[in-house]
Amino acid sequence: MLTGPAAVFFYFFSLIMVASAVMVVAVRNPVHSVLFLILTFFNAAALFLLAGAEFLAMILLIVYVGAVAILFLFVVMMLDVGFIELRRRSFKYMPIGVLIGFLLLAELIIIFLSSSFSSKFSAVVSAPIDMVTRSNTQALGDVLYTDYAFYFEVGGIILLVAMIGVIVLTLHHRTGIKRQSIAEQVSRTSETAIEIKKVESNKGI
Amino acid sequence: MQTDLATQLTLVFPELLVAFGAVVLLLTGTFSRTNSYAAIAWLAVTILVIATVLLIVFPQSGVVFGNALIIDSFSRFMKILTLISAFIVLVMSVGFSRSEKFDKFEFPVLILLATLGMMLMISVGNMLSLYLALELQSLALYVLAAIDRTNLRSAEAGVKYFVLGAFSSGVLLYGISLLYGYTGHIDFAGISKAFSIQELQLGMIFGIIFIFVGLAFKISAVPFHMWTPDVYEGAPTPVTAFFASASKVASIALIVRVIMSVFNSEISAKIAILQTPAVWQQIIIFLALSSMLLGAFAGIGQYNIKRLMAYSSITHMGYILVGLAEGTSIGVQSVIIYVIIYVAMTLGCFAFILAMNNREGYVENIYDLSGLAKSNPFMATIMTLHLFSLASIPPLAGFFGKWYTFSAAVGGNFVPLAVVGMLASVISAFYYLRMIKIMWFDELRGNFLTTPIELQLILALSGIFVLFYIFFGIWITSWAEIAARSLI
Repeated sequence: MLTGPAAVFFYFFSLIMVASAVMVVAVRNPVHSVLFLILTFFNAAALFLLAGAEFLAMILLIVYVGAVAILFLFVVMMLDVGFIELRRRSFKYMPIGVLIGFLLLAELIIIFLSSSFSSKFSAVVSAPIDMVTRSNTQALGDVLYTDYAFYFEVGGIILLVAMIGVIVLTLHHRTGIKRQSIAEQVSRTSETAIEIKKVESNKGI
Repeated sequence: MQTDLATQLTLVFPELLVAFGAVVLLLTGTFSRTNSYAAIAWLAVTILVIATVLLIVFPQSGVVFGNALIIDSFSRFMKILTLISAFIVLVMSVGFSRSEKFDKFEFPVLILLATLGMMLMISVGNMLSLYLALELQSLALYVLAAIDRTNLRSAEAGVKYFVLGAFSSGVLLYGISLLYGYTGHIDFAGISKAFSIQELQLGMIFGIIFIFVGLAFKISAVPFHMWTPDVYEGAPTPVTAFFASASKVASIALIVRVIMSVFNSEISAKIAILQTPAVWQQIIIFLALSSMLLGAFAGIGQYNIKRLMAYSSITHMGYILVGLAEGTSIGVQSVIIYVIIYVAMTLGCFAFILAMNNREGYVENIYDLSGLAKSNPFMATIMTLHLFSLASIPPLAGFFGKWYTFSAAVGGNFVPLAVVGMLASVISAFYYLRMIKIMWFDELRGNFLTTPIELQLILALSGIFVLFYIFFGIWITSWAEIAARSLI
């Protein structure tokens, strides 16, 4: 259990995080929705910092706020998706959604009250962080490229599949469009680029 | 058991071969200027055949990368089955993808990568590699479902499969995290040990349920089957064949491994004293009963042959789970035998569906088969054999599959399961027999184009398998026994 100032900050960040997560779904304007999402990510990063995982916190900021959320923002602003219409239709399913959500929440609360975490797990969670000898980043790197190299590689292959998938499903090879060829541009000389014509006076070409 | 890296790499050599092969073929396709689809497809077939031969010739066993992968005779057996069905699907797809205009070189590459995911799924040894392997396979399958992107139904199938699949992966991951929290382990041996020393807590039970939700989605067991008919109908037919054969083999193997090496060690006073089934058994029994019944009843109203195959596969997954309900080596053996027979029948049926094309293109309505026996007796006879086998008429292969799973259930005192299974198979016989009636006794409704030689070959092979299983089944039974023993 957290005590002292850490507890205060924990509840502060968690509260803002939950509130802004609710706002992501609740606000009318999709751009505001994305901005609240960014706020949620910031608070999650702060919680990681409190837990001593500064590397994960920074990665969360760089990857999620820096790339994913900005991409979302672009998509929301550039694409003409009928958000209002979508929202109106989703209201129809609201009661059943809320019901299932509450059921799940109640079940989870029952689980957490009735069962106790394994002692091994609690030992891992509450282990003191050895910040003096090596940093968090180093500790992650030490296992990621040795013990977890296999998982790392499989993760790489999954990303490769995602990349192939995106290209296969969206790339259209259009014929007859003019593409830039830098080699061709650079290798042009005045002989190939300019045509000199002798123009007689008082006549056009 | 720690072994040095070189030994570990030889253990996973078939997987490495498929992975490197996929990357090399991808680069070849990208840098070749002409449409290299056919060459890449045949190279992919070659890679799969080499991997199969390697698995057959060099049986190995061991644990690789900590406890990420377990190589044993069960994984070897299932991998061979997956690879064979993947390469038959590739052979089947060559003509179809050309006439439907999605002959892109990425198609065989994605099939290879999905096969890689399946091979990893078959031999996973902890929850982390389970999730990664499942995602690798699923992600490739989502793309494959939508690969015919100019076709609206294919795109719809892809989106539907992706959204529901992502949701089920989330549930699975949550289950894994619950099990990790309450047992403190992610490797199968550790979780199994935690199960065997204490009574299950509520949190662990929820973990088991969530994991089963994710896995049942992959084998399309009721009530997680909703995507199956739509995706089967919308995806290009060779891709559907891939979903119905290789992907099902890998997912079944994954369920078998998770149950046998993790959940089966559950102890509880209730099981010992009151003789109630364990938690996982209750789930499996429910999934089996509902899959068998729903598949049998819902298939009656289907006139699209691919939707029909979807419901048929749901029923067959139910029969497979019946064999698994007991959780013994005999049960696993029956599951392995059933999976082999199921794959042979399914690939034969899909080869037949791919051969159903007339001048207007590929047809999918079962009434387009009218009077096939008059115009093409060879095809009609082979398909009739397959349908009789799916309806489990003795002495065809399908009968033996059910015989083994049902006798495993009866041996484990799950007699009601076997009874419901038999009732379901009687009901589902209706829609198989209806197709036979349409082919043999209805008016001729126009001819199909001549069947390509590779499809004829596949049909003939699976026909021979189905018809003469009674003679060589004894060897398959003993191989399955060896494979099943390695899990205990």
